[in-house]
Amino acid sequence: MMKHVRYLVHFGILLVLLYFLRAGLSLNPKEVPSPLIGKPAPAFSLPRLDQPEQRVSLDDLRGQVWMLNVWASWCVACRQEHPLLVQYAKQAKVPIYGLNYKDERAAGMKWLADFGNPYTASIADRDGRVGIDFGVYGVPETFVIDREGVIRYKQIGPLTPEVLRDTIEPMLKQLNS
Amino acid sequence: MRTAVSRIVISLAWALACVGVLAAEALPASNDPILEARVMKISNELRCLVCQNETIAASHADLAVDLRRQVREMLQSGQNEQQVIDYMTARYGDFVLYRPPFKALTALLWIGPGAMVILGLGTLFVVLRRRSRLGDAAFEPDDKDAPQDPHLS
Amino acid sequence: MIPEIGHFSLWLALGMALVLGTVPLLGAQTGRADWMVLARPLSYLLFFFVAFAFACLVVSFVGHDFSVRYVATNSNTALPLPYRIAAVWGGHEGSLLLWVQMLALWTVAVAAFSRHLPAAVAARILAVMGLIAVGFLLFMLLTSNPFDRLFPAPPEGRDLNPLLQDPGMVIHPPMLYMGYVGFSVAFAFAIAALIGGTLDSTWARWTRPWTTVAWMFLTIGIALGSAWAYYELGWGGWWFWDPVENASLMPWLLGTALIHSLAVTEKRNSFKSWTVLLAILAFSFSLLGTFLVRSGVLSSVHAFATDPLRGQFILAFLAVVVGSSFGLYAWRAPEVGIGKRFGLWSKESALLGNNVLLVVAALAVMLGTLYPLVIDALGLGKISVGPPYFDAVFMPLMAPTVFLMGIGPLARWKNAELPAIALRLRWAAGVAIAGAVLTGVLAGEVRLVATLGLVMAYWIVGSVLTDLWGRLHPHGMDWAHAPTRLRQIPRALVGMMVAHLGIAVFCIGVVMVKTYEVESDVKMLVGDSTTVRGYTFTFDGIKELQGPNYVAAQGQMRVTRDGHPVADLRPEKRIYRVQQNPMTEAAIDSGLTRDLYVSLGEQVEGGAWIVRVYVKPFIDWIWYGCLFMALGGLLAVTDRRYRRAAEAQ
Repeated sequence: MMKHVRYLVHFGILLVLLYFLRAGLSLNPKEVPSPLIGKPAPAFSLPRLDQPEQRVSLDDLRGQVWMLNVWASWCVACRQEHPLLVQYAKQAKVPIYGLNYKDERAAGMKWLADFGNPYTASIADRDGRVGIDFGVYGVPETFVIDREGVIRYKQIGPLTPEVLRDTIEPMLKQLNS
Repeated sequence: MRTAVSRIVISLAWALACVGVLAAEALPASNDPILEARVMKISNELRCLVCQNETIAASHADLAVDLRRQVREMLQSGQNEQQVIDYMTARYGDFVLYRPPFKALTALLWIGPGAMVILGLGTLFVVLRRRSRLGDAAFEPDDKDAPQDPHLS
Repeated sequence: MIPEIGHFSLWLALGMALVLGTVPLLGAQTGRADWMVLARPLSYLLFFFVAFAFACLVVSFVGHDFSVRYVATNSNTALPLPYRIAAVWGGHEGSLLLWVQMLALWTVAVAAFSRHLPAAVAARILAVMGLIAVGFLLFMLLTSNPFDRLFPAPPEGRDLNPLLQDPGMVIHPPMLYMGYVGFSVAFAFAIAALIGGTLDSTWARWTRPWTTVAWMFLTIGIALGSAWAYYELGWGGWWFWDPVENASLMPWLLGTALIHSLAVTEKRNSFKSWTVLLAILAFSFSLLGTFLVRSGVLSSVHAFATDPLRGQFILAFLAVVVGSSFGLYAWRAPEVGIGKRFGLWSKESALLGNNVLLVVAALAVMLGTLYPLVIDALGLGKISVGPPYFDAVFMPLMAPTVFLMGIGPLARWKNAELPAIALRLRWAAGVAIAGAVLTGVLAGEVRLVATLGLVMAYWIVGSVLTDLWGRLHPHGMDWAHAPTRLRQIPRALVGMMVAHLGIAVFCIGVVMVKTYEVESDVKMLVGDSTTVRGYTFTFDGIKELQGPNYVAAQGQMRVTRDGHPVADLRPEKRIYRVQQNPMTEAAIDSGLTRDLYVSLGEQVEGGAWIVRVYVKPFIDWIWYGCLFMALGGLLAVTDRRYRRAAEAQ
């Protein structure tokens, strides 16, 4: 009997391996979680998309809870989430700022004119540096930032009604209280 | 007649030869090849996050180009390799590093292979030595070493 | 109509495989000769139906049948004929069919060359292969049918990925799969032996040639993949430790260990249960590789686009195959005896040492490949494990392996006299060190790591020459009889020497190119030139080209050395019309001692072009080395004793 026990080691290793492989099937190997959750948002100062002479900086937004949505006119997936954002902006009390990422001003303005503008203001990140500071790697992405300027949540990919309802809304409520 | 033509031909030949001399030794693609080499060395260890599995050195993606530019600027401003690495991991996490940093989380990863070699060779040694101590009865008898099959020697 | 016939043919193949997997097996258990004898004809039928289905798919591609979804996603009317055929295995479903086709091919080969085996053994082996076929055919028919229709049929296909439109694409997957799938034969032999309780040196002798041939194909397949990446991908690299690459390397390492372990079992009837375990593991890792590549679990440039459902199926199949094999192993292996005696220091133990190191190497590659997955699954974050890790870990593992390679062949069976071996090898060691340093000097710079690598390579060469000398002059120098003795060396041993030399050649290639490669990135206007390592590259401008399904800007590059023309290189920047992706085609002049590699970058202001020029010393030795290894395998398999056995049939 003892002789057979040694072979159980093989089984054990196999089972562990299978467990992890199975777990892997429900994971996304390319999704990059943000190391900035719970850390202060990076400082920035960018011109507004609509009025480039005016600038918006992180400090301007302290004292309120706000959302940053990274978008671009060339981004196909942004079209997917945009109607949701537009509708959400109408009824939500949280200001949504847009980060127009690596885009042309004219193209960005036209996109907003065509598909609606949910943003309190959009700021233009022409060369993507602010995006890099925020750890942006794909578009669209959305951040929830609290009163002290700390990043509380990052949505990778388009927003969905479920995410808004189940994750973001409760968080906003809690941060605002 | 012929001398005039040959004179023209000869002058043309000289002119062409001069053009050949004027064609220059190509300039390096970047203004500072040594810096560029450093950029590439670091970029070869950073993952392109929008690609399937490529370094930012090899990728043509926009983000890769932007990150290479970032590396270049940081090196130009005098920062060292570790600072560049820290900058990237602060924004993208350890995922962006192709060389996993050595920490508690990755200890098993880095020590594993060495440990396995020691364990493996050690086990082999122990098993072989134990076997060498067994009496002949435990083994199959040798067929009086029949002319060894040369194919197996 | 043809796709439906092909589809039906696959169902028939499944039927054959089901019968093959059960009836002969039961026949072997109960001793019913009439059931056992069915194995061979069923194997032929299985092959016929699979091949027929494969032919139907090829016809659909060649005939531009875009009503077949798989054809529409992987082909196009402008796609040249050879690539239309290669496109059959360009995507998931078709490559699965190729997998099954290879399996059927191996099954038929075993059926044809197994007449010397006892009926029960042959029946069991073929039955196991039938069962494996059942798994893959079910997988195809239930989740990945290549004959699915697309209505309405689009007028034009999406085109084959331009990266795959290349001669290497035509041959790399078939070779690779011949190898991957070929380990199923060794697996089947192992299972059959466990079931029948006939695990002995005769079993090892039967299994060896099959394993060697599969290993040969896998070696060629991996080498082709690497060479293809080198000249096709445009960044000059040849191995990235990408998960899919690792998925093929792990079975290769285990297969190499298995070949050596089979030698011990055949010679000394020893370590039988270890050899059987290796045979099970080699094929298990093939299956694991299949899973990794098709499940989307790891991020890779090569991975097929698939969905988790398919991943679940393969995982379940993996669990069943490996689990039941381990179960059978745990039940039967303890009863197997320990064979003949051999000493602590002997050829046997050297071979086993080789085994341990190769298995650890395979496990190390698996560790690195799966670690990110494990960390993520445990919710501990996301990390990447890439070339810096693998290079750091793999090279040191290879050093002791190579060291053993020098000693093993010289060791005697049963008891090796270490002092005698050391004596024989002393000049090999000396020459290795001296040669390594000298090479560095000649190359212009002596570097520590490079020198160590070269010492390893020259050590192997020295050992092979020492071995050869010992066989030609066993009792002192005797050139008169040497030619006769040379002819008398069994081909299997010649094969071993050639294969080991292949490793040395490979090491030299890797070391030289990694250490002494020179790169030059320049901006070139027409007429500009740049000189790298004595080679002058002159840019003569750009020519616009129309390809069959692309447009290209082709650079005209003249290479000279000391004024003598060396090569005309034509790197291209192509845009494929259908998918509109830009591709860089590097231009390479291959030479015995160096490659000249030129790739075209972007055009900058002023009309100059960015051009990347490499001189890569000895890089082709990497693939010559692999060829030598495969040749060694071929020599070993065509050894007289196997030919005799084949004739006797």
